[in-house]
Amino acid sequence: MRPEAGRPEAGRGENSAETIPIRTGADVSRVRRSVATAMAVIGASRIETTRMVTAASELARNTLDYGGGGEVLIAVVGRMTRRKVELVFTDHGPGISDMSKALTDGYSTGGGLGLGLSGARRLCKEFEIRSVPGEGTVVKVASWTERP
Amino acid sequence: MPDSTGSNLPGLLSRYQDRILTDWIAAQSEVGVLRADLMREAELRRQSRSFLSHLIAATKNGLNFDIESEQWQDVRDMLTEVTNFRVDHGFTPTETATFILALKQPIFECLRDQYKDDPATLVNEAWSATVLLDKLGLYTNDIYLRGREDIIQRQQQEMLELSTPVVQLWDRIVALPLIGTLDSARAQIVMENLLEAVVESKAEIVIIDITGVPTVDTLVAQHLLKTAAAAKLMGAECIISGIRPQIAQTIVHLGVELPQVATKADLQSAFAHALKRTGVTFSATKPAHTR
Ligand SMILES: Nc1ncnc2c1ncn2[C@@H]1O[C@H](COP(=O)(O)OP(=O)(O)O)[C@@H](O)[C@H]1O
Ligand SMILES: [Mg+2]
Repeated sequence: MRPEAGRPEAGRGENSAETIPIRTGADVSRVRRSVATAMAVIGASRIETTRMVTAASELARNTLDYGGGGEVLIAVVGRMTRRKVELVFTDHGPGISDMSKALTDGYSTGGGLGLGLSGARRLCKEFEIRSVPGEGTVVKVASWTERP
Repeated sequence: MPDSTGSNLPGLLSRYQDRILTDWIAAQSEVGVLRADLMREAELRRQSRSFLSHLIAATKNGLNFDIESEQWQDVRDMLTEVTNFRVDHGFTPTETATFILALKQPIFECLRDQYKDDPATLVNEAWSATVLLDKLGLYTNDIYLRGREDIIQRQQQEMLELSTPVVQLWDRIVALPLIGTLDSARAQIVMENLLEAVVESKAEIVIIDITGVPTVDTLVAQHLLKTAAAAKLMGAECIISGIRPQIAQTIVHLGVELPQVATKADLQSAFAHALKRTGVTFSATKPAHTR
């Protein structure tokens, strides 16, 4: 599945992008560290950083556990007044057939707490999910800081 | 004694055994396999002699290139011993394989002497020797990697155990300061260590301090909940301490509820709470409770 919905916005300034494969539990840790670094680049607060890192941890874990592995694109998009961190998780797994169920608190097909997707949606300023059964899933989340 | 492969290599090996051994050990010292810093010469000599006699025994009924077969069992065992010795002593994979590869030159020289008037046979025999020794050399590589994996796994395991120490704070109160990522492997060990400590110290209160855990996501929360539930089954109450403001906020946003667990901002308040729960009180002059 092409991550079209998830292409990072273009912008001026200190842009950077990094793709991290998600194949093992160690990769999930790596994603958390890279997201923390990206959040530091845009000067995010401690609370905002914790929120994004936690959401990234949830989504990376889902990519691994349910998507059968995949990757995340971490983009830092600098603008004049707003600096943004965008994360795009992509996998080519079975996809999600009932999205509203998957986004319901407590719903899990894997014996989890079922709070990862819904939690990530609450934790992030922007949250978008697209999934095609049999093709895969793309989740895009973003956070930003404003400059006066 | 030509065999099915038509090779006379087995006969040559036993005829020139002493010479091959001497030249081989010399070659190993030359190419730097004898890492004097890592291994004594006597040990190298012992390993080389032993390997050569196993090699001769394995080929005495004819050369068979299938080194996974029964007749190569003793050679494989010997190579495993030789390789694991080198893994433990810090040799590189190349240095380890060179043990076998350094045997080529001495064998070639014997072949050259033996067949100086018969170049066609010389080429055939040299080819057989090369194929065989390359196979055995690659085999050490496989063993080497396996040995390294074992060591890495063992070290990881040891580190995991070291990094989850359960400390007894007071009579019937134990604490577990968690530091780092609480992945599933580690959560398993944490749970085991903790339950063991609960039994050993007859703990009634277990304090899990997560000040050092950078991210509390739903997987970590689930592990904490399971650990608390298991502690409860053993008759101990669980307190989670060290919940920083940003962690409290994320837990709330995730929608995680911790119904059976008391939570405290820091270890001190958790400890004070635990003392109260176990009925310990202090007066200014003398402690009401002695161990
Ligand atoms: N990338 C994905 N591919 C397929 N299914 C997914 C994916 N992410 C989430 N899901 C489905 O959505 C459910 C809810 O996910 P989540 O809220 O993270 O809870 P949990 O991980 O605890 O199961 C999962 O159990 C799974 O069925
Ligand atoms: Mg999940």
